[in-house]
Amino acid sequence: MMPDLGNYAVEVISAYGLSSIVLGFLILTSVVRNARVKQRLADAEARKDA
Amino acid sequence: MALTWKLSSYWDKFWHLANPKVFMGWSSRLLPIIIVMAAFCLSTGLIWGFFFTPDDARQGSTVKIIYLHVPAALVAINGYLLMFIGSLFWLIRRQHVSVLIAKATAPIGMAMTAIALLTGAIWGQPMWGTYWVWDPRLTSFFVLFLFYIGYIVLWSAIEDHDTAADLTSILALVGCGFALLSRYAVLFWSQGLHQGTTVTISDGVQQERISDVFFQPLLLSMVGFCLLFLALLLIGTRTELRVRRLKMLELREQML
Repeated sequence: MMPDLGNYAVEVISAYGLSSIVLGFLILTSVVRNARVKQRLADAEARKDA
Repeated sequence: MALTWKLSSYWDKFWHLANPKVFMGWSSRLLPIIIVMAAFCLSTGLIWGFFFTPDDARQGSTVKIIYLHVPAALVAINGYLLMFIGSLFWLIRRQHVSVLIAKATAPIGMAMTAIALLTGAIWGQPMWGTYWVWDPRLTSFFVLFLFYIGYIVLWSAIEDHDTAADLTSILALVGCGFALLSRYAVLFWSQGLHQGTTVTISDGVQQERISDVFFQPLLLSMVGFCLLFLALLLIGTRTELRVRRLKMLELREQML
């Protein structure tokens, strides 16, 4: 049930689309970097304790 | 005397929370709650705003861009102010967590500034007849974006942590002027196309409050963006603390 955006459909859709891309990229890079660093730290801690 | 003692006690408790080990503890407990709240507020605010609000009499359906533009701009400006405070605490107290909070704020603030600029340009074309003008508010916002980029680049360009923290903190202090300017430029520069505060539209004589139909989902969206910022900030700061610990362990391994 898409609302009728009239003459400005392109503007509204592109604003939401671009913002979703930027937000998605930001969230993804934050989560992936956090997971990688967490794993590397766990490995380094394990080597230290060994 | 009792009040001074009480304030001093709160101040000590505040700094105790900034201890890296304590920070990792409370942030891991708080993070899931903030993520759930952010997801709820953001999805509800944006779905409500996009699907269930009417068109504006003057702006048509472009008014739906408000649910992205205003919250993103709010977070972009206040994120820089947080960077300013974190940097100031680093310069005064050499508090590592505070400067790492500032460091973690930068990419989030940059992304939010980019969203505010992009959605503003897209909204500007049908309303003003142009994507961009060198209007005081737009220009100061663009300079704020450049400061965010400069801050991130400076961190990555300097290897020594303390030197990088010192220099980026000074840059954050300088850039704070533009963060305030981007918020208040329209009040003392009565030129340009951008309006004053969106929530209370003012033409200098009369004040017209935004209708509740638009304001309620906007408020929810603003809360959602703030909570998303907080969640990403906690994730980023936790990552930076782990990077710091990792570097220390790797250095120790090299020395053995």
